[in-house]
Formats: sequence, C-alpha cells, structure tokens
Amino acid sequence: MSWFKRKIDGITTKSKEKKEIPEGLWYKCPECKNVVTSDEHADTNWVCAKCGYHEKIGSREYFSILFDENEFTEIATNLTSGDPLEFTDTKSYKDRIKTTINKTGLKDAMRVGRGKINGYDAVVACMDFAFIGGSMGSVVGEKFAEGVNEAIKNKCAFICISKSGGARMMEAGFSLMQMAKTSGKLTQLADARLPYISFLTDPTTGGVTASYAMLGDINIAEPKALIGFAGPRVVKETIGKDLPQGFQSSEFVLEHGFLDYIVERKDLKHKISESLKFFKI
Amino acid sequence: MNYLDFEEPIKELHLQIEKLRESQKKAGVDVSAAIADLEKAAKAKTEEIYSKLDPWQRVQVSRHPDRPYTLQYIEYLTNNNWIELHGDRTVKDDKAMIGGFGFIDDVGVMFIGQQKGTTTKLRQYRNFGMANPEGYRKALRLMKLAEKFNRPIVTFIDTPGAYPGLEAEERGQGEAIARNLYEMMKLQVPVICIIIGEGASGGALGIGIGDRVLMLENTWYSVISPESCSSILWRSWDQKITAAKALKLTAEDMHNNRLIDGIIREPLGGAHTDPTATFENVKQVILNELATLSKLNPKDRSEKRIDKFCSMGVVVQ
Ligand SMILES: [Zn+2]
Repeated sequence: MSWFKRKIDGITTKSKEKKEIPEGLWYKCPECKNVVTSDEHADTNWVCAKCGYHEKIGSREYFSILFDENEFTEIATNLTSGDPLEFTDTKSYKDRIKTTINKTGLKDAMRVGRGKINGYDAVVACMDFAFIGGSMGSVVGEKFAEGVNEAIKNKCAFICISKSGGARMMEAGFSLMQMAKTSGKLTQLADARLPYISFLTDPTTGGVTASYAMLGDINIAEPKALIGFAGPRVVKETIGKDLPQGFQSSEFVLEHGFLDYIVERKDLKHKISESLKFFKI
Repeated sequence: MNYLDFEEPIKELHLQIEKLRESQKKAGVDVSAAIADLEKAAKAKTEEIYSKLDPWQRVQVSRHPDRPYTLQYIEYLTNNNWIELHGDRTVKDDKAMIGGFGFIDDVGVMFIGQQKGTTTKLRQYRNFGMANPEGYRKALRLMKLAEKFNRPIVTFIDTPGAYPGLEAEERGQGEAIARNLYEMMKLQVPVICIIIGEGASGGALGIGIGDRVLMLENTWYSVISPESCSSILWRSWDQKITAAKALKLTAEDMHNNRLIDGIIREPLGGAHTDPTATFENVKQVILNELATLSKLNPKDRSEKRIDKFCSMGVVVQ
C-alpha cells in the first residue's frame, strides 16, 4: 500500500488514455464537434462545456474527481487474472491479458482506492472499460470483495463506479460466480450498517447490472449512459423491431424506477458527500 | 423417442429390434434370442457413446426434447400432491417460472424452477423457460414465504437465459436477478439448487444461490451458451463445439473447479431414458442433503453459503 498524490493536469495527453481520450492537445466532442484543448476538457471533468456530453473516462479520472486533493490509498493493487480455464478463442486469454496490461497500464478492469470525499472516508471501486470492455472476471470480483472488506474495517462507505460490458467470457463459470460473490459481500457490508452507493456510467450491462450495480442503497447514474441487462442488439433481435428512442438510457432507467437520480459529473462529489452526511458516516 | 445426431448407431439397433419384434408377431417365428443379442448390443453402444460424451454432446442431451422438466420433478417428488402458487404481486404471473409447496415423504418443501414447454404451443406459453423480472420476483416471494414458515427451498434450474425482451428491460431484469442473488444469500432456511437441464448465465444464477448447488450429469452451467459465445468471440456461429469445450461448462468441469457442490448421476443414456430413476436419484439426494443442512443453525448456514460463493475465483497475486 502506498499513498498516491497525482496531479490531474495533463492526464489526458498520456498515451495510456488514448483509447478513451483522443491523443494530443485537442479534444473534439463527438456529439457537437466542439473543439477545446485537452486541458480545458479536463478542467470541465471531461464533459463538453457546450453540449454536456460526458466523455467515457476511467478510474484515474474518477478518482481525481472524487477524492480530496486526488489523494487515496490504492488497495489490492497486485491482483491479475489467473486464466483458470486456460481459455483460448481467436487468441489465448493469457496473451489477451498481457497485451491489455501493456496497452492500458491497468492490471484489470477495476481499481479500488480509499480516501476522503469532502472529508468523508470512503472506499471507491471503479471499473475501467479500457480493460477488455470492463468485463467482470475473478479479479474484479476479488477487488470488489477487498474493497468491501476495507470499508468494513474502516467503518466507512463503499462506492462502486460501474462501467462494463458484463461478464468476462474467458472466465466462464468463474466469471458468472462473481455476480454471486459481489452480492454476497454486499450483504456483509449491509450487516455492518455501512452505505453502498452504486454509480452507473456508460455503459453498464449484463452481469454487472444483474448484480452489484443494481444493489446500491442508492443507485445513481451519469446522464445518457447505456444501462441494461441484455445488450440493445440482443433485445432488438428478440423483439424483431427497432428500439424506441432513448431505450436503456439513464433517463429511461430512472423513469422506470431503478435509479434514484441522474447526476452530472460536476455535481457528483457534492451529491455523494451529502449522501454520506445523511448516512452519518 | 427422439434421437440426437450422435445417437444414430443406437437408433439403428433400436430399429432393428423393433423390426424383429414385428416379424415375430406377424410370422410367429421365435427370434427372442436375436432380440436379446441386439438389446445387449444397444446397451453396449449406449455405454460406449455415453462414456465419452464431449461437452457439446452434453449440451445436446441437456436440451433433449424428451428430457424431464421441472413440473415432472415436482409431481414425482410430491406424489402428485402439491399446491402451485402464482404471481409476483406486482405485475403478473410468469409462466416460465413456477413454484409451490408440497411434501417429499414427510418433508415440507418450497419448490421453484424454470419451466419449459413440451409442445410447440406450450413452449411459447412457457416462453422457452426464459423468465421475465416478475418470474424472479415471484421466485423470491415464494422463497421469503418458505423462510417465514421455516421450510427448506429446492430450486430446479433449466433455462436458456433470462428473457432479453423490451418489457423485461423496462421492468428491471437486472435488478430482479441482482435482488435474488442478494436475498438468497441471507435466507435462513436450507436452499438446494439443482441444474436439471440448461444453466445459462444470470438467468440461471437468479435462482441458483444455495447451500448445495448440484448438477445432473448431462447438464451445463456457464456464463453464456456455447452458441452465443461462438458468435461473440469467434464472430461466427460455427464454433459452438469449440466454445462448449472452452467454457468448461459440464458438471464434471464445474465440480472440478469447485463452482458447484456435487453431481447427480443420470441413468445410462440420459435422464429421459428413465425419468423415474432420475427422479428417485434426485429425491434421495435432496432428502440426504436436507438432513445434513437442517442440523446447522440458520445464521451459520447463511454465513457458510456466503463464504462459499465469496471464495470463488482465481487470481494471481
Ligand atoms: Zn459537445
């Protein structure tokens, strides 16, 4: 365990992030085509100042948004996937993991940090979509579990930021059981009377939606995120019709009663810390 | 009787036996010795084929059209004397998820399971065993009812997945399954889950959190079907055999990986060749497991259940 102190400035220009944020000094909004410098974009929490489009970001950016002074202790940092099934599709899972680690600088699709949010202690688990589509395998399950343990140990809140295509197919049965594992850990967190805030971001689908993402004491989401169990393509094939406008968007999921509210990134920290205040943490 | 493609040699022998029987009836010639030989040969062939089923063949057996479904298990176990309960008290009664109570000998049990249809019409009525959110919520309602009156729960899992429809999404399929996982962890009564056919993904797991999770010998349980896995990872439907192998989805693989607690044997040639023998095996296993589980105190039992699932996963430090 070590203390991290990072400046958020310039993060977006690092090559590691190029999957999510365009490389270089400029950012062009994919929605309204507005162009700003990368620094300006980072200053607005990677949200388009003109149209409000929330660019997909990873754990590094979310930690910098949430944790006071971007200070946090990262836990369970050394876990990597064990390839329990020696899985090979068009490529071996081992190679896929190795390549992805090199490409992203991440060890797997979740990082967990403990720090303060406007003075309130919290453990934040955050998924990284850049790592095999944010898929949930054994490492995600174990990091989530250690995050819950850390929250119980420190008697603080647990927050999970979901961004995932669902299960990690290359871990098959092991991946499926992470749904059970994470849900089981949440019963322990609840027994300790500690709050769990689930924050759903674009996209949150499949096994993650059908386990911890939907189990928050409060469930909140970023605007216009895709949130669902079955992917839109599968639903479309099932019903044999085009999907209605806005289907499976945060706004749709809120309207149907599965979210408490939608929060813009600029308000995220304040709303979470207000919740922690209410929960007397 | 329906035969799977790899059962062709067995079918041949069975046809020959039938022909001999016909001719015996018509011509009055005694060919019983020849029939006995052929029956022996058919049995040997079945043994040969079933002793080395590959994972894809097991998937085929798990979907065999003659394979018994949940209702038949419940009817046998309760001696046809059980009370079905309906509805989730919110939206509707999901026909793909059934439940109710009855007695196995003198042991009161709440039964829950996905139900597939036996005819084209019934298959549609049962939505092919694919439950909507109200199915999972109905299941949970019945589980809480069992808990209230201190009765054990037995679930039968047989689903190609939770229904991926538009209304299912509107009504929160993800939340419904998630809620079940969470609540089943905490149930204060014994829970036994048995995969009797297909155990596909979250749709199966949604009634699959038990003190004992058992698979019948010729079933599969994984995060995705081999066909869908093939289409996603190989971008083609042709790799289902390879995918079935890669997913390690058989009872044996799942048990070796300690993702389930045990395997229930099927009669030679699969559950459908002798349903009564299958039901009897299942009955004995349920009674034995319940006898063991009911000795634990409820809190310990639930904690053990949680710890078991929390220990699943392989990571490198
Ligand atoms: Zn814009």
